[in-house]
Amino acid sequence: MRLRKSWIIAAKDLKVIIRKRTVLYTVVMLPLIISILFPVVIELSGQKSGGIPAAYLPVLLSAFAFFYVIIPAIIPTPIASYSIVGEKVEKSLEPLLATPITDGEILLGKSIAAFIPSIAATYAGAAIFMVLMDSLTYSKLGYLYYPNWGMGIILLLLAPLAATLSIEMNVIASSRVSDVRTASQLGALMFIPFVGIYVAGEIGIITLDTNTLLIIAAIMAALVLVLFYISTATFRREEILTKWK
Amino acid sequence: MIDAENLTKKFGNLTAVEDLTFHVDEGEIFGFLGPNGAGKTTTVRMLCCLISKTSGTAKIADYEIGNDADSMKIRKIIGLVPDNVGLYDGLSAYDNLDFYGKLYDCTETQRKENIEKFLKMLGLWDKRDVSAGTFSKGMKQKLAIARALIHEPEILFLDEPTVNLDPESAKTVRDFILELKKEKKTIFLNTHNLDEAQRICDKIGILNTKLMAIGTPKELEGSIGGRKTVIQLDQVNDTILNALKKLSLGNITSDNNKLTIDLENPEKENWAIVNAIVGAGGHIQTVTVLGSTLEDAYLKLVRETK
Ligand SMILES: Nc1ncnc2c1ncn2[C@@H]1O[C@H](COP(=O)(O)OP(=O)(O)OP(=O)(O)O)[C@@H](O)[C@H]1O
Ligand SMILES: [Mg+2]
Repeated sequence: MRLRKSWIIAAKDLKVIIRKRTVLYTVVMLPLIISILFPVVIELSGQKSGGIPAAYLPVLLSAFAFFYVIIPAIIPTPIASYSIVGEKVEKSLEPLLATPITDGEILLGKSIAAFIPSIAATYAGAAIFMVLMDSLTYSKLGYLYYPNWGMGIILLLLAPLAATLSIEMNVIASSRVSDVRTASQLGALMFIPFVGIYVAGEIGIITLDTNTLLIIAAIMAALVLVLFYISTATFRREEILTKWK
Repeated sequence: MIDAENLTKKFGNLTAVEDLTFHVDEGEIFGFLGPNGAGKTTTVRMLCCLISKTSGTAKIADYEIGNDADSMKIRKIIGLVPDNVGLYDGLSAYDNLDFYGKLYDCTETQRKENIEKFLKMLGLWDKRDVSAGTFSKGMKQKLAIARALIHEPEILFLDEPTVNLDPESAKTVRDFILELKKEKKTIFLNTHNLDEAQRICDKIGILNTKLMAIGTPKELEGSIGGRKTVIQLDQVNDTILNALKKLSLGNITSDNNKLTIDLENPEKENWAIVNAIVGAGGHIQTVTVLGSTLEDAYLKLVRETK
């Protein structure tokens, strides 16, 4: 596998995505809304009774932080399903497959193209979120809550892993099914387990402390490898070329 | 350059291409004719290593299709213009070509030079920065041809490149193909257009799942017989007809002082016929040979399979 070749594909896809604003907007919108919404909620809730008590703040803040695992699991879907199924819809897959490039290089290129904007939007959202939250909670807590180890693990480990898993699911879905909508719907299911973890954390089945986060990261890393194997094994150029309508 | 032997492709229990054996020489324009569903696209896809063969063998240059290591080498030396052009509508004409140039490892100078050369040859240079999505069908077709040539392949596969084109654009494309022939490129051309095939191809194969015939346009025309010599005289009389009957020719009809004679080989027999008429005192105005056309040959071969 030659990374340079994948990068050529990724660069082309990124160019198309940037020109095709609608896809880009859907990627940027979600992290932006959440990152502004949560600080607003903190600011507004319990305003009359003097705001949220300082003791509750860390609980809330660490729960909110987990959204930066859920976001990168959701936002690669429009790009990944657009870039893979899009090649087929535009009929551009046939000439592409006629060039000296391997399946792995194509898939990696497509994955990079979905990964970069997703992670960039997640990080940008997280930066806004942390700055707003710190400035709103500093007076009560007496210290800057962010950055902290939990958020570090989330942003540096869990978020990239979640984005990767989501992209792999999309790749698998779009090379198995024959139309765009089914592919993106299947791909979108990826965020459900993360919402599950979040809910489990909220209702106290697990605590989302750094240890738990590291365990989740390890499980995700193992899944990334399994899905990578499945995605390269299921991408069969002949089938995609001849069965997709 | 292209060598197929008993090449066969089945989709489930449908045989799309059966026992194809043919050879295309370097620098030759090979026309692949056949009705809808004959297996032309399927053959090109097999030769371009896009789909697997079911049985048989085929070699492109010295590489074997169906062998993974060779497939990569084949893809480097071929260019494909598929039946659906498959351009990136969101990218400019220039960027479409540049992307492909990069995939083929062309250097930056090579890409620049070739993009300019081909876009100029095809009359698209002024539109280089316009999104391919806004192009007309003909312009897209031309851009797809430029794309297939960006890495200067030895062999070019064209799947119905002039379908949907207006007569003038079709001519530009045909002239361009002939231009490529001068550069010693081998060209494999799928087409429905008999006239086009006859005008530009060195060799023609007629396919209808099986290869029905292969040869030069002339050979194919001759292959089904049915040629005639038509002689216009001032006056046809019995002396002339009797003189002709002695020559033991094919069927002779006379109408309005015009004689129509069925012949196997007019080039050889016309001399004796003209001699006999002149000997019998006839005054010849014109002598015309009517051959069967490529269309006759094509229709006959395609109907035979039904
Ligand atoms: N992916 C596929 N699955 C099943 N059958 C196929 C597939 N692709 C082609 N066929 C069948 O193979 C036969 C040959 O098709 P092909 O597209 O090669 O014909 P063609 O000569 O290119 O026709 P056209 O002139 O219409 O382009 C047809 O009967 C077609 O239905
Ligand atoms: Mg076809």
